[in-house]
Amino acid sequence: MSPVDASIRGHRLRAIELLPWLIAIGGYFGFGDYLTLGSQILIMILFALSLDLVLGYAGIVTLGHSAFFGAGAYAAGIYAAYVTGEPLSGLLIAALTAALIGWISGFVILRTQGLALLMLTLAVTALLAEAANKASFITGGADGLQGVDIDPIFGVFRFDLFGRTAYLYCLAVLFLTWLFARRLVHSSFGRSLVGIRENAARMHAIGSPVRRRLLTVYTISAALAGIAGALLAQTTQFVGLTVLGFQRSGEILIMLVFGGIGRLYGAFVGASLYMIAQDQLAKMDPEFWYFWIGLLLVLLVMFARGGILGLIDRLLGR
Amino acid sequence: MTPALETIGLHKRFGALTVANDIHFRLEAGARHALIGPNGAGKTTFVNLITGRLPPSAGRILLGGEDITALPQAARVRRGLGRTFQINTLFRGLSVLENVCLAVSERAGIGGDMLWRFGARRAALEYGYALLERLRIADDAARLVKELPYGKQRLVEIAIALGLQPSVLLLDEPAAGVPAAESAIILDVIERLPSDIAVLIIEHDMELVFRFARRITVLVQGSVLIEGTPAEIAADARVREVYLGEGHHA
Repeated sequence: MSPVDASIRGHRLRAIELLPWLIAIGGYFGFGDYLTLGSQILIMILFALSLDLVLGYAGIVTLGHSAFFGAGAYAAGIYAAYVTGEPLSGLLIAALTAALIGWISGFVILRTQGLALLMLTLAVTALLAEAANKASFITGGADGLQGVDIDPIFGVFRFDLFGRTAYLYCLAVLFLTWLFARRLVHSSFGRSLVGIRENAARMHAIGSPVRRRLLTVYTISAALAGIAGALLAQTTQFVGLTVLGFQRSGEILIMLVFGGIGRLYGAFVGASLYMIAQDQLAKMDPEFWYFWIGLLLVLLVMFARGGILGLIDRLLGR
Repeated sequence: MTPALETIGLHKRFGALTVANDIHFRLEAGARHALIGPNGAGKTTFVNLITGRLPPSAGRILLGGEDITALPQAARVRRGLGRTFQINTLFRGLSVLENVCLAVSERAGIGGDMLWRFGARRAALEYGYALLERLRIADDAARLVKELPYGKQRLVEIAIALGLQPSVLLLDEPAAGVPAAESAIILDVIERLPSDIAVLIIEHDMELVFRFARRITVLVQGSVLIEGTPAEIAADARVREVYLGEGHHA
């Protein structure tokens, strides 16, 4: 096969890529008692996927991605509490709100790089968190946003106590966003992002509008993170200030590092394992479970650079 | 006839230090022109001024008769100005084919295409692959650039620049740091560049310069000392004194 054909075929869907979806569907039937955790995992996968677009593909180092997650959560929550509980339009509102904040903040902060950029991403999160705290008349402040009632999806599928609808709803949304993200990273645009990550100076020198590309992917990523936040708000019917916390930004980064950055599926592996490990460790060792998470991370970073997927690649000799 | 590239009174100062001093330069269409000069003469600065990496303190730059002085780097590239770098500036973690394809895609205006139009991407890949075949590195198309020997990486530099389909190509020391055996391949590639591309080569290797160039400009301390045919340059006493050394042969 010529390298041209190999390059084209490399972007086609492979059977192994269906594995996460088979596991997710199997989980629905096999682990009916854990569907609430399952929904949380799907939401975190989407959030980690959005981070992978900017960090893994475009090389934008950020510790403030919870700004967009939180913005989406609040947008969807406020929309449901004050306008209508229709969930799909809620997702759209959340995506647009997060995208707008992503575009405005990206327009300013993407002029910087490295440590300055890192600090600015943190600052944006801090600004939003404080704004959400102060605007308690609409956000509920430290008490959280109450009265988030979500209507049945398409007016038919009611959110049930067992979390079945929520799980399938999250799964469907994740599937569609994954299709979009997959297409994006394999597109010319996606490849140019990798080029920017590898060597931004050379991308300038081949005539690429580097800043515009970075701003575009930052905005798209913000929208996806916003959708993840909206899913959390809609499925838990509550929004608290923690959605905008630094801890969430840090956790999502750890999840992505667990799985492997810049691989699209690192989000799936990392978020799933992190959330399951967190759940199990918290049960086994309620006091020190974070210690074990930390230890796992240290071991992974030391011995499995590239995350779990990187480790698998090495074991398979790829 | 309108020159492919022209600088008029190009000037660049860093504080009190003048690195480009009133440079009037013409690169004719299809030219094979060399820019030489001792270390620190301002050759790479001149290239950086032309490509927009550095803003000039004064003067104008015309590409195909069009004033590009105020244009950003990317816009100049889109108008047909390509360059290679003195030190390899490649996408080291990507395959050779992808390196070239990035340039081809940008030139074709599909670099920001999110929808992955199948035909357009294939066309870009095929164009890139044909380019690699021309440069005789197609066998390495699927290899990562960082795995290639240095000489081949220099060829990838040239392949990326050619992927931009430039009307003017600036080659900044294309054979720098390459062992003699491999530099012959690079020279061969440069000699076979399409005749419709105006080429300006900045080079220390005098053998390469005299073999390749039909005109030579000598830059000394940011100023043009002389411009002429290789024979005129080799015969000029000032050039021999400042740059070539007494022992040089024409």
